[in-house]
Amino acid sequence: MTNTNMARAQLALGEEAIIEFNDVNKWYGDFHVLKNINFSIKKGERIVVCGPSGSGKSTMTRCINRLEEHQKGTILVDGVEMNDNLKNIEAIRKDVGMVFQHFNLFPHLTILENLTLAPIWVRKMPKKQAEEMAMHYLERVKIANQALKYPGQLSGGQQQRVAIARGLCMQPRIMLFDEPTSALDPEMIKEVLDVMVQLAEEGMTMVCVTHEMGFAKTVADRVVFMDAGEIVEANGPHEFFDNPQHDRTQNFLSQILNH
Amino acid sequence: MAIEFKPSPSLPPPVNSVGAVAWVRQNLLSSPLNIFLTLFSFYILYLLVPPVIEWGLVGATFTGASKADCTGDGACWAFIGVYFEQFMYGLYPSEETWRINLALILLVLLLGTYAVKTVNKLYLSLVILVVYPVIAYFLFAGGVFGLEVVETSLWGGLFLTTLLGVVGIVASFPLGVLLALGRQSKMPIAKSVCIVFIETIRAVPLITILFMASVMIPLFLPEGMNFNKLLRVLIGITLFSAAYMAEVIRGGLQAIPKGQYEAADAMGLTYWQSMILVILPQALKLVIPGIVNTFIGLFKDTTLVYIVGMFDLLGRIQAATHDANWLGMTIEGYAFAGFIYWAACFGMSRYSMRIERKLETGHKRN
Repeated sequence: MTNTNMARAQLALGEEAIIEFNDVNKWYGDFHVLKNINFSIKKGERIVVCGPSGSGKSTMTRCINRLEEHQKGTILVDGVEMNDNLKNIEAIRKDVGMVFQHFNLFPHLTILENLTLAPIWVRKMPKKQAEEMAMHYLERVKIANQALKYPGQLSGGQQQRVAIARGLCMQPRIMLFDEPTSALDPEMIKEVLDVMVQLAEEGMTMVCVTHEMGFAKTVADRVVFMDAGEIVEANGPHEFFDNPQHDRTQNFLSQILNH
Repeated sequence: MAIEFKPSPSLPPPVNSVGAVAWVRQNLLSSPLNIFLTLFSFYILYLLVPPVIEWGLVGATFTGASKADCTGDGACWAFIGVYFEQFMYGLYPSEETWRINLALILLVLLLGTYAVKTVNKLYLSLVILVVYPVIAYFLFAGGVFGLEVVETSLWGGLFLTTLLGVVGIVASFPLGVLLALGRQSKMPIAKSVCIVFIETIRAVPLITILFMASVMIPLFLPEGMNFNKLLRVLIGITLFSAAYMAEVIRGGLQAIPKGQYEAADAMGLTYWQSMILVILPQALKLVIPGIVNTFIGLFKDTTLVYIVGMFDLLGRIQAATHDANWLGMTIEGYAFAGFIYWAACFGMSRYSMRIERKLETGHKRN
C-alpha cells in the first residue's frame, strides 16, 4: 500500500473510530487470507468493500463481529477488542447487525418471530414491546403485511428486506452487509438497495461488501478495493471510480463496469 | 396506446383425468405389468384374507372359562379373555390394579389439556415431566397414603412394557440431544466423552447391557447397597437408546446450513439460546422419522427384559401358553401380542407424521 493510500485508510488524528483494524492477519490453514489489514472506520461512515472473489472481503467483514477469528493483530470495535473473551464478543454482537448473502432467516419462525427473537432473548425486552418495534421496522422495509408468514412464503427480495429489519431490531450501531444482493434475481435487487440507501441516509455506520457499483457511487463515503487478502486502495467514490491509482483496481473496474 | 393484457380463463381438466375411474386407470391399470401386479395382488388377498377371517372371526370362540368351551374350528379367544388381566398388569394384585388405571387416566387427562388454548404449555409440560412421574411412582409402588406396597417384581404385562417404553423414550430423548450436541462440541473433553460413550454403547447388544444391569452390577456393588432391578434395567434401556438417538440427532444438526448458526451467533445469542431457539427446532424436525424409528425400536426391544426374568406383555403371554390347561394357544397368544405391538407402533408412526405436517412451514431451508 502506498503512503497516500495508507493515509486514506487510516483516519486523521482526532476522528472517532468505531472500527479499527491494526495489522490484522488471518490464515485458513496455510492459506494467508488477510494480510496486514490496517483500516479504520469512523462513526456514521458508509464503507463499500469490493474486489474479486477470494480476495478476503467477506472474511474481513466477518472479523468485525468475530464470525471469523483473526490470528494476528487487533480489531477494536467500539473500543472493545475482539479476542477470545466471550463476554466481549457477545457485547459487540448486540451492537452489530449483520445481513447475509443467503438471508439466513430462521425458516421455522414467522417473520415477526424472526425479528423479535434477539430483542427478547438478548436485549431482554418484553414481548409486546419487541413486537411493536418489529412492526415499526417491517413498516420501514415495506413488508409489514407479511409479518405472520414464514420466510419460505416470501420472495428473495422480501426475505432480504426482512433480514435487514431483523438486523435493525437489535438497534445496532453498526450494520454489516455481506453481499446482500448477490443471491437475488435482478428485479429484486432494487427493492433491497432502496432500503439500504434509506438506511445510509439516516446515518447508520455501514460496512457493505457488494458488487453494486451504482450503490457504491451514491452512498459510499469510501470504497475499499481488496485483492489477494490486502487492501489495495481505499478512496472516496469519485476518486475511486474516476481516477483509480492502482492498475489492479483499474483492471477490476474495467471488468465489472464494461459489459 | 398500450394493449391491456388479460390472462386467459382457466379451463376445467378433461373428464377422464379426475374421479374414481381415472384413479383406477392411472394407478392400477396403467401398463401390462401394472395390470398383472394388480391381478396378482388380488389373488394373494383372495388366498389370505378369507381363511384369516374364517379362523379369527367366523369360526372363533370369544367367550368361555376353559379350553373345553372352545368348540369352534377357529381361534380360541377365550384364552385371551381368561388371561387378560395378567397380560395387562402382570402379577399386580387384582384389587390394586385400579391404581394403574388411575395413573393412565391421569396421564391421558394431562395430555388432553394441551388442547386447551389458555393453558401455559411450559407449566403443563413441567407438571407432566416432573410432578406426574412422582405421583405415578407412588401409585404404582404404594407405601404412602395407606396404599399397599406392590413389589416391582410383581409388575408385568402391558403395564411393564408401557412403563419401560415410555420412561425409556422420555429419558433417552434429552440424553440423546445432549450427547449429539456434545459430539458436535468444540470442547475436546466433552466431545471425547460423548464419542466414547456413543460408540461403546452402540457396539454392544442390548441383551449384554441388560445382563450387565441385572447380574453384573449387583456383584460390583458393596453388600447391602442394592438398588431395584427394574430401575437398573430402565437405566440400561435408556442409555442404550440414547446412544442411537444421539446419532440420529447429529444427522439433523449436520443438515442445518452453516448460515443458521452464523445468523444466530451474529445476533448475540448464547450457545444454549441458539441451540434451543434456532438450531434444535429445525434439526429435530428434520429427523422426526429417525427419532420415531428409534422410539419404535426401543418399544419393541423392551421385550428383551424377558431374558433377565421380567415378565412384560410378551413374557406373560409366553408363560400363559405353557399353562397345561391351555396348551395349543400359541397362535392366539402371539396374534394378540402382535396386534398390541402393531397398534402401539403404528400409532406412534401416524402421530409422528401428524407432527411433521403440523411443523411444515412451507420450505425446507435457506
